[in-house]
Amino acid sequence: MSTKVTPLYERHKSLGARFIEFAGWTMPVQYEGIVSEHVAVRTRAGLFDLGHMGQVIVRGKDALRFLQYVTANDVARLQPGRAQYSLLLYPTGGVVDDIIVYDLPDGTAYLVVVNAANTEKDLEWLRAHRSHHPEWAVEIEDISDRTGMVALQGPLAEPILQRLTTFHLRTLPSFGIAQIEVAGIPTLVARTGYTGEDGFEFYCSIERVVDLWDALLAAGQPHGLVPVGLGARDTLRIEAGLPLYGNELSPEITPLEAGLGWVIAWEKGPFVGREALVRQRDEGPPRRLVGFELVERGGIPRHGYPVQVGNEVIGAVTSGTVSPTLGKTIGMALVARAYAGIGKPFAIVIRNRPVEAVQVKLPFYRRSRATPRSVT
Amino acid sequence: MAEVRDGLRYTRTHEWVRVEGDVAVVGVTDFAQSELGDITYLELPEPGTTVRQGESMGVIESVKAASDIYAPVSGEIVEANKTVVESPELVNKSPYDEAWLVKIKLSAPDELERLMDAEAYRQFLAETAAMA
Repeated sequence: MSTKVTPLYERHKSLGARFIEFAGWTMPVQYEGIVSEHVAVRTRAGLFDLGHMGQVIVRGKDALRFLQYVTANDVARLQPGRAQYSLLLYPTGGVVDDIIVYDLPDGTAYLVVVNAANTEKDLEWLRAHRSHHPEWAVEIEDISDRTGMVALQGPLAEPILQRLTTFHLRTLPSFGIAQIEVAGIPTLVARTGYTGEDGFEFYCSIERVVDLWDALLAAGQPHGLVPVGLGARDTLRIEAGLPLYGNELSPEITPLEAGLGWVIAWEKGPFVGREALVRQRDEGPPRRLVGFELVERGGIPRHGYPVQVGNEVIGAVTSGTVSPTLGKTIGMALVARAYAGIGKPFAIVIRNRPVEAVQVKLPFYRRSRATPRSVT
Repeated sequence: MAEVRDGLRYTRTHEWVRVEGDVAVVGVTDFAQSELGDITYLELPEPGTTVRQGESMGVIESVKAASDIYAPVSGEIVEANKTVVESPELVNKSPYDEAWLVKIKLSAPDELERLMDAEAYRQFLAETAAMA
């Protein structure tokens, strides 16, 4: 099977990237090295190519009504220029995908950004639900192939970006979005991210994304900005306790188990998956996602490794890594509820050897520097 | 380009061997550390363990992946490098010097003949790169 590349592929090659296949794409996994890229994002800034992610426009008179029905969060709480983390759910309460819904600044449509691996599945899912309601005036348009996407993340993201735009970035709150010119390129800029740092995600026409990348990289160089691959993207998001579809989220894991109860807008009215989740909420979810750290050496706890108490398997690791920021080996695991609790011990079975771990609070890392809060 | 040192012997699984009398000093190559990326964990055999050529004798783990370390020769482990177990990132910094992994007392010195010399290993890496 041939894989797709983003318009930035040649840039990555000349920056010395190593590539991996990911969700049908050839993407940079690292340039200089995962740890140094990770540290750059925590201390300065990093630039990410997210051209593999999917973008879907939902518009029409009944767009809000449609999105209220197919997503878990309350889209009515949005207003133009604001974004929201949300979920597409199966009727069982399992997760189709985790998404960001943007209410576009001009109020004409919603932009739904989805995971690369799920783009086709999500589109089919949205279209199937659309076809259940032929009377609704809703248009679903996949714009992934003509949209370039990059992210700038880190404590110096704002001063770097400010060099390229007259827009006053201090006025853009967390989860705010604005249509602005960046280095003369019309760009939708969102103050969102996946690293635990302040930062921005950029959407522009696919023809201009190389120019945007070059401009950001040049503006950031004096500030120590470096390109960052998927390897550090993963270690950053684990430290920040953020879920990854296929690890912490799947059709078999409900948002209540994954600790995403805050996403569910119980009171907004019917939505796909609600009934199953109400049942699970009342009974209590059978499993819970917990954070842990190893208390002895033994390797990296990787996805799927068993979690044990005594000789009993009580769950499995969903993600794990050595945290470059904390200098500890950390991870997340989905475990039987009775065993979940901060401070409780269990063992991770790494290459047939139980390695002692203790449950700790999520996220592992939280930035201290304040960024503008949403005014809504 | 990955450094390949003259005077060492090499395996197809990217271990190197430096022969000192009847002892083989073993590590992983510059190519291997570079492919693995940031190395975070090492599991090495205890002194006294007997290993056989080509068999797994330990684990090297990077942020990206875990890989076996294979014994390049048969014999008894006489020393494991405690410093590198404490600081696995040494493998990235100094794969041929500070980050030697184990010393093996050779039980079948003839096996050394089956390993590549530097020139053959360079050739092997070039072919590996051409396939990738």
